[in-house]
Amino acid sequence: MTTLAPRRAWTLAISDTAVMTRRYLCHYLRKPSLLGIALVQPVLFVLLWTYVFSGAIQTPGGIDYVDYLMPGLFILAIAFGSANTGVGLADDLARGLIDRFRALPMARPALLAGRTLADTTRNCFVVLLMVAVGYAVGFRFHAGPAAALAALALPLAVGYLLSWISALIGLTVRDPETAGTASLLPVIPLAFTSSTFVPVQTMPGWLQAWATINPITHAVDATRALALGGPTSGPLRQAVAWILGILAVVIPLAIYRYRRVTQ
Amino acid sequence: MHDQPAIHAEGLSKTFGDVQALQDVNLTVPAGSVLGLLGPNGAGKTTTVRILTTLLRPDTGHAQVAGLDVVRQPAAVRQVIGLAGQSAAVDEYLTGRENLVMAGRLQHLNRSEAHRRAAELLQRSELAEAADRPVRTWSGGMRRRLDLAVSLVGHPRVLFLDEPSSGLDPRGRHQLWLTIRGLVAAGTAVLLTTQYLEEADQLAGQIVVIDRGRILAHGTPDQLKAQVGGDRLQLRLATAATASRAAELVADLGSGPLQVDAQAGEVTVPIADGVAILPEVVRRLDAAGLALSDLALRRPTLDDVFLTLTGRSTQLPDPSEAPATDQPGPERQRATRRPV
Repeated sequence: MTTLAPRRAWTLAISDTAVMTRRYLCHYLRKPSLLGIALVQPVLFVLLWTYVFSGAIQTPGGIDYVDYLMPGLFILAIAFGSANTGVGLADDLARGLIDRFRALPMARPALLAGRTLADTTRNCFVVLLMVAVGYAVGFRFHAGPAAALAALALPLAVGYLLSWISALIGLTVRDPETAGTASLLPVIPLAFTSSTFVPVQTMPGWLQAWATINPITHAVDATRALALGGPTSGPLRQAVAWILGILAVVIPLAIYRYRRVTQ
Repeated sequence: MHDQPAIHAEGLSKTFGDVQALQDVNLTVPAGSVLGLLGPNGAGKTTTVRILTTLLRPDTGHAQVAGLDVVRQPAAVRQVIGLAGQSAAVDEYLTGRENLVMAGRLQHLNRSEAHRRAAELLQRSELAEAADRPVRTWSGGMRRRLDLAVSLVGHPRVLFLDEPSSGLDPRGRHQLWLTIRGLVAAGTAVLLTTQYLEEADQLAGQIVVIDRGRILAHGTPDQLKAQVGGDRLQLRLATAATASRAAELVADLGSGPLQVDAQAGEVTVPIADGVAILPEVVRRLDAAGLALSDLALRRPTLDDVFLTLTGRSTQLPDPSEAPATDQPGPERQRATRRPV
């Protein structure tokens, strides 16, 4: 009874993760205000940036600003929403729930895996809603349905990564309010010094140097290429490499933190 | 399997920063019995529970729960224990039933077993009516009951209850006691922490008194009470100034040293033989012309246990840590005699 066969251990870990995913999705459904804000904010982003900036920003190749902007906004909206992961975990911690789960014979990574999956599920609705609003204000995919799907999947992958980072932050700062602010701290400068709003070439030289290596720039460029057409393999490969590389570091760190968090 | 103790801990120590939370703690809980871990806030009760439930690693020492080592076999330990912590750790946004089903699924019951177990526990905890409402609409007492029910989902062989009655009204506490007795009758071993001697007395076959991470005393409730000197007779004099005179008159009737609160005019007499000496006390005071404004016989409290075992109250820091004062004895005594 002390050691389970590896196959069974995997089945149980998946089942535990599913239980946790369900739990956190339930939270979204039962906290209408939280879900509402999670959905209203992306819509606001689309409307504000499209109407406020579209006249002022010169896009390369004369493409519509809304077409230029939307891929970046998918990532920006998801990045802002990722703070919820850390807030939720810090809240569980404050309520003693993490202790309860840690004293149960559940798989160690299941709670974090469930939380990040639930937040990624929420993000699916976020991007679909943004596409709908985007279409209403003139945005169009230009490279066919498969590329369009990939243009939605990549921001979701970025969101998954940012959720793990937020999880690590939430379990480190331990206080829900601090977790919310702290999770946004890396997101804001990263998003605004990337190619999300303006072409990197329009930035001052020193900033260009940073913006070119900023992982968000790679993710936005790849998403943009997938949405609008153009060479995708270069930016896509870089973006995926960044995401996998950081995940490979952050997931073990977050799980380690979870195991130690109430020591 | 049966002669194996439910819990056996040896030499547990734990330090947080420069606070020694536990120091050389030894415990044994025989299968199917209840151990009461009695102590004030910050005594190390929760730290002990957290080590035994695999949430915390001890710095030194080792412990087995149901024969399984808590440091080397934590996963196996988690299969056989139940834990209800100090706060009701239930998910507020789920219903009561969902909380129980979730716990069942995480204990690897299949879906229908988890639902059956949830229904059974809801019934037994008298929560069936509210079962399908989100827990955030429930009262504090109901949450505590749910919390206990969640800890029972996996039929634990060893149950840890950390201050289970905190936040319960008298009726809720009584129900809790009935539940615990039922579990023990069915063979579950229980370690419960409490700040109330009465609660430990009601439930536990063995009591361990802990303070500042160290075990001060252990024994059966009767042994402990005998050590404390039985009940307490509390006298309040109509004229406060006559308290020390009254104390002198009745001193020989006490089973231990008296406490005098000169300011409030109160004298506390530990007595071994209950009501028998009451008339004698009244007679002596009456003969000396000292009028009483109040007289009460009460059970010893944790505060009395502490005064007896440590010479200080649970309410105040150690006098050796307090700033030095020139206060006369009775003054300090008064300061340590706050009602619990």
